Amino acid sequence: MEIANAFALLTNFVIIPSITYGAQLSLSALGVTIVFGILRFANFSHGELMSFGAMVTILITSLFQTKGINIFPIPTALLALPIGIIATIAIALLADQLIFRFYRKNRSKPIIFTMASLGLMFFMAGLIRIIIGPNEYSFADGARFLISFRDFKAITGWDQGIAIKQTQLITLVVTLIVVINLLWFIYKTRWGKAMRAYSDNEDLALLSGINPERVVLLAWIIAGALACVAGTLYSLDKIYKPFIFTQITLPVFAATIIGGIGQPIGAVLGGFVVAFSEVAVTYSFKKFLTYLAPTNWEPQGLVQLISTDYKYAVSYIILIVVLLLRPTGIIPGKTT
Amino acid sequence: MIKVSNISKNFIGIKAIDGVSFEIDQGSIIGLIGPNGAGKTTLFNIVAGHLSPSSGAVYLDGEDITFLKPHELFRKGLLRTFQIAHEFSSLTVLENLMVVPGDQFGEQLVHTWFNCAKVRKADELVRKQAKEVINFLELNQMENELAGNLSGGQKKLLELGRTMMANPKIVFLDEIGAGVSRRLLKIIAGSILRLNQQFGYTFCLIEHDMDFIARLCDMVIVMAEGRILTQGKPNEVINNEDVIEAYLGTGRKYKKVS
Repeated sequence: MEIANAFALLTNFVIIPSITYGAQLSLSALGVTIVFGILRFANFSHGELMSFGAMVTILITSLFQTKGINIFPIPTALLALPIGIIATIAIALLADQLIFRFYRKNRSKPIIFTMASLGLMFFMAGLIRIIIGPNEYSFADGARFLISFRDFKAITGWDQGIAIKQTQLITLVVTLIVVINLLWFIYKTRWGKAMRAYSDNEDLALLSGINPERVVLLAWIIAGALACVAGTLYSLDKIYKPFIFTQITLPVFAATIIGGIGQPIGAVLGGFVVAFSEVAVTYSFKKFLTYLAPTNWEPQGLVQLISTDYKYAVSYIILIVVLLLRPTGIIPGKTT
Repeated sequence: MIKVSNISKNFIGIKAIDGVSFEIDQGSIIGLIGPNGAGKTTLFNIVAGHLSPSSGAVYLDGEDITFLKPHELFRKGLLRTFQIAHEFSSLTVLENLMVVPGDQFGEQLVHTWFNCAKVRKADELVRKQAKEVINFLELNQMENELAGNLSGGQKKLLELGRTMMANPKIVFLDEIGAGVSRRLLKIIAGSILRLNQQFGYTFCLIEHDMDFIARLCDMVIVMAEGRILTQGKPNEVINNEDVIEAYLGTGRKYKKVS
């Protein structure tokens, strides 16, 4: 009984949240890693790209809601998502044409691309605040819970329950579909081969008849789509707040680097590593240990490694540890 | 077929190539030799579209290709290999070859998802062709090995295989035999001859190994200090006094005279 309660507690507050968060991080880390693999620079504007995608999805969702279009019990946002994806891809391609193409033509150093992407990040953050303002938006309509806390407790009779939000399941299902499709695309199709070849050896790719502009175009399309899906899922699961996406860039980059930069599978693994550490390190294990510990051995303090206020610091810590112990990342990646 | 007309290339302060002109006929194997720093690789880079010449022009079948990009030249059937073998090190040998052919059916993105059967069929054809090439080059055991794990010589074979996947008109081989064991060199030489005789590929190769040159080439162009020193049949050129001087320095000439 005690063990069951401890298990339920841990599942509810650590495992399920970190799987969901990990899935969201994985999706955006995939976008960063693909842009890095093909264009060879760290794209700092990826977080704002996520924000932009989520914003468009929210606007379309509210349009649908006022028109009475919905797909209850599934959130209307999923209906609006394709339009958000198209808009995000469009702005990614526009940014590439207006900014990055110039530097590509000049064969600029990666650091110049990175700084340009930093500028783009600020620009897009401003643009988003002009369009939608700095406020929070909650747009998860539809059924809220698959299994609610109370139902679970009633069924099992345990003291602790496991609640599964619908958005969590949607996050997992969408991530699974996207990741499987993407990995299949990258590792099995002709274009995936061309992209891997281009990422591996640019000079030779040119000599093998691979058109660089098309590979770059494809990289932006994939990155834009991934950013929009990740941003929408993240804000659907929690809440849409424009400022949060500047901060989330950090764990996303940590995930990318931990997984081995330029490695799609690594990015997915990295996302989950970061998410699990972030949630587990900031979780207070007091209750959990109280269930397991013998009588009178219960911990007095919170048994929390660091306060949730510092959760972004966790990404830094893992990043430093990984860079010290295994500088190439989980799957050996590439450097510029 | 290829006509190089009065090409010059200045790097800052250095005249790497100084007014070079020559022609390559269809179906021939041309050797380009010369001491280090003679401008051979620079010339290759210009012809293959990696560098733009300071002046002069390159023609392929009468068409001006001077400023075309490498991937555009690829479509016209002009390929090159590198002095230091390039490969897609994180792809398998088979994938390395399958990447190459242009205009595959799977290149239309829509088809990738919505016309799977046809894409797979096209893919099978490419796979079959790649396997034939692997057979031809005797790389069978390495088929599913990552190309990064191949030996230097095998990478050179892979480079040759890459050009075979594209059914080229003309291939520029930059020191394909350098650093390759005798056994592999034999395979490479045999492959080049067979490709030339059976499939009518035209080759232009940079080489330092005179035996290799003598065995393969119909004609040899000798470069020194950015200019063409002389050209002619291999055995004539090899015994040419100027060539020996360019290669071995003046000492030998004096020795001969005395």
